[in-house]
Amino acid sequence: MMSFQTFMQHLVNGISLGSLYALIAIGYTMVYGILRLINFAHGDIFMLGTYFAFYAMTSFMLPWWAAFVIAIVLTCVFGMIIERTAYRPLRNSPKISVMISAIGVSFLIENLAIVLFGGRPKAFPIPPLFGNIINIGGVRIANIVFIIPVITIISLAILLYIINKTKIGMAMRAVSKDYQASMLMGIDVNHVISVTFGIGSVLAAIGGIMWAMRYPQLMPLMGIMPGLKCFIAAVVGGIGNIKGAVIGGFILGLSEILIVAFLPELSGYRDAFAFVFLILILLFMPGGLMGENIKEKV
Amino acid sequence: MKKHVAILLILVLMMSLFSVGCVKKVETAQEGEQGAQEDVIKIGVFEPLTGANAAGGELEVQGIKLANEKYPEVLGKKVELVIVDNKSDKVEAANAATRLVDKDNVSVVLGSWGSGFSIAAGQVLKEKQVPAIGTSATNPLVTKNNDYYYRVCFIDPFQGKVMANYAFNEVGAKKVALVIEKSNDYSVGLAKFFEEAFVALTGDENAIVSKVFYITGDQDFSAQLTNLKDSGAEAIFAPGNFTESALIMKQARELGIDLPILGGDTWETPDLLDIAKETAEGVVFSTFFDAKATFNENTTEFLEAYEKAYPGKEPAAVTALSYDAYVLAIDAIERAGSADPKAIRDAIAATKDFKGAAGIVNFDENGDAVKSAVIKTVKDGKFTFKTIVDPK
Repeated sequence: MMSFQTFMQHLVNGISLGSLYALIAIGYTMVYGILRLINFAHGDIFMLGTYFAFYAMTSFMLPWWAAFVIAIVLTCVFGMIIERTAYRPLRNSPKISVMISAIGVSFLIENLAIVLFGGRPKAFPIPPLFGNIINIGGVRIANIVFIIPVITIISLAILLYIINKTKIGMAMRAVSKDYQASMLMGIDVNHVISVTFGIGSVLAAIGGIMWAMRYPQLMPLMGIMPGLKCFIAAVVGGIGNIKGAVIGGFILGLSEILIVAFLPELSGYRDAFAFVFLILILLFMPGGLMGENIKEKV
Repeated sequence: MKKHVAILLILVLMMSLFSVGCVKKVETAQEGEQGAQEDVIKIGVFEPLTGANAAGGELEVQGIKLANEKYPEVLGKKVELVIVDNKSDKVEAANAATRLVDKDNVSVVLGSWGSGFSIAAGQVLKEKQVPAIGTSATNPLVTKNNDYYYRVCFIDPFQGKVMANYAFNEVGAKKVALVIEKSNDYSVGLAKFFEEAFVALTGDENAIVSKVFYITGDQDFSAQLTNLKDSGAEAIFAPGNFTESALIMKQARELGIDLPILGGDTWETPDLLDIAKETAEGVVFSTFFDAKATFNENTTEFLEAYEKAYPGKEPAAVTALSYDAYVLAIDAIERAGSADPKAIRDAIAATKDFKGAAGIVNFDENGDAVKSAVIKTVKDGKFTFKTIVDPK
């Protein structure tokens, strides 16, 4: 039988993984909420964020906080460039064209990264502040495990504030309802969408950096799985719903860990489980857990 | 107008997808002129140059190129290396083998890092009747029932036994936990042979107290390791890709698991040390070669060539093995007296006491090399030689 200590350790592990999923899923779901576009390149933007931070720290010898800020800014700019070149020209095309374009962008970034950064994994230097481990009654918790949920909650709060309380947020909500009408009302739709992508990429970069500090191994294809998992988290929470994405992320992370914890012989099927979960949600609860809030969607 | 731009953009993106989707020819050492085709002998190489195993593939290509510089000609003809990327993917490995045989008409194939890729390609090569010399793939299935696959390294039953002996005699462990990379033939096989040998040594049916699994590409092992912590194991045997293994070492130490961690030959890459950092300290694994364990004069020759090409660096075991694979191929072509794949196969099969840089190679009935193993550990952030274990 599992001891209480072991169970608590599993719980901590699950919350740690879940908050990472939540953090990345927020950006995913926000872009969808406003543009009705599943940005398949989100996981790859996430990967770029980690590489930017890596090179800022190792090649330019910047202190970690400066490196993180620069990585976030660069990723933000990069996200906007992607929107400008790959999505904006398709603004009036059917949604499916934009989605295909997103898949293309995803492959393009992945393969570009293989060429530019090389296929060999890189070790992410963890600043000592985040690397320490605390022992609470036999449950071992890395500092970063506390920091990630805090950052997730802060990001969530800031995002909700921007969307609900600011002018640009109001414009985003308007665009998400009906972008043609918004245009007629004098909203600069291109600008609003650009900002949306910028914010989405900032969230991806923050998520990427946090991920890299938990799993300090960078690879050009590292964004694929987290990207897909966070897509699942977003769907579970009700895609387009930001609070739902956070809840979805925690549910997914916790259940992944607990499945392995209680059914160790199934641990090879952990990814499969996540996708079965997606299928079940789509079959029985297509709106996701918070889908009934559809009117509040941003 | 906008629509045209959009369609064009989609086309470009799709094409970029396709161009990278196909097996790509990474490099050709000497581009043969169209007319000069008959004047070269082509040796195919398939290695993971991108993906999870790229570091290993790169090290092996180093060795092959080094040997090619040293022995650029055979039977008075130039040797042309055709190197293709198998992308750390089994399907791509089979594609790569098909391509080497059908399109490039190579006489013999070398590679690959990773047993799974070698097994996948082996089926193709067997059908096409082109011989292959494995570099560092250690799973028995690579050469089993395949008269066209040989290899210059020892195999997992031997390696599993060596590590089981080490765990029992040197570590003094009576109970061991296994961490298995379920989607990796190498890891599954090695863990099984370790288990058999260890159970035989201890005489205890339940000597393996815990088995936990993960799959290639996983990054979070906290749940598996937390389970393992409670199992009462005195050592951990965790063969697998160095990429995942490095994270396992890190997360195990983070969770406060301070048991000795043992593994296999795949760990010997600088990247493992980079990623696992101080958490790799003290891990022990078996491998093929160490610069400090000179087997014969060819070891010295290899070390000198390596020092010249990569001054101040220590060669990895797989670099020495891939060097051996190339030299053995040249030697077999020489003995066969032709570039005909079947003649070369027979020559490889007839190899006796081939003096490789990484030890003397004799083949058993399956085409596996019977040779010594080296045990290494990580000390002060460096791979450090421990001892040599002879076969049987």
